[in-house]
Amino acid sequence: MISLNFVLMLAGILFALSVAGIFLNRKNVILLLMCIELMLLAVNFNFIAFARQLGDLGGQVFVFFILTVAAAESAIGLAILVVLFRERKSINVEQLDTMKG
Amino acid sequence: MSITEILFYAFSGVLLVSAVGVITARNPVHAALFLVFSFFNSAVLWMLLEAEFLAIVLVLVYVGAVMVLFLFVVMMLDVNVAEVRAGFTRYAPLGILIALIVVAEIGSVVWVKSLGTEVTPVAQVAVAEGYSNTGALGQLLYTKYLYPFELAAVILLLAIVAAIVLTMRRRAGLKQQDIAAQVSVRAQDRVRVVKMPPVIEGGEKQS
Repeated sequence: MISLNFVLMLAGILFALSVAGIFLNRKNVILLLMCIELMLLAVNFNFIAFARQLGDLGGQVFVFFILTVAAAESAIGLAILVVLFRERKSINVEQLDTMKG
Repeated sequence: MSITEILFYAFSGVLLVSAVGVITARNPVHAALFLVFSFFNSAVLWMLLEAEFLAIVLVLVYVGAVMVLFLFVVMMLDVNVAEVRAGFTRYAPLGILIALIVVAEIGSVVWVKSLGTEVTPVAQVAVAEGYSNTGALGQLLYTKYLYPFELAAVILLLAIVAAIVLTMRRRAGLKQQDIAAQVSVRAQDRVRVVKMPPVIEGGEKQS
């Protein structure tokens, strides 16, 4: 019997790791997107753990929707990234300061 | 300690190690492959948590589609890794501090049982023979969550359209078919009837 607390802690540590990853890789847009994927994975763990604990399949349905939205988000994000690279020849966040006042 | 628990702890450890690999990898390709690895581990963990359908979907959709897309983009863009990685550890202390705060907060919420946060588990009913997680999820998805399901379909369509529109480019000087112009062409645009006086070959010599 896997305890709910252990799964919640696992998801929390995974989320914290991806938050740290955003700080470490703050210049690389691709790695920022990957860290966001990791965060969504951590959140999905919570949904699945509670769905099992409460015997309610609604949590799993929500994981399904999160996966859908995350797939759409990464597709659009990568498309923007490709256009950005074609335009600026760089994906360094620090150089994306065209609109700085 | 049952075999399920041992497997769960082992795969959790591997998942966390591969997550550390994602955020510290020097090469973006390695980071993407570490992310694929952590998705595989998550799929195993979800299967142990009795979410079989979602585990399969995670492997098929995430590893099969999204991560392949990531790898395509990473390999297509010629990124100067050294330039992007400059100052990698500059904000590392802040990041680690915030990560520790997040872990401490979640841990305090999870472990403090006197606050009434403990969730009373439902009596674990042994699943009936022939129970299908996919079937049960489908039942729910097509009845109670039908409208959100259709909204999800629209979101995916939106993503397709947005990705195509964003990455489509028109080069100058490229000869392309204009289907609308081709279809709507009329005979009088193509054939021009010219009236001109007849010219008789050698007519002047005969007369």
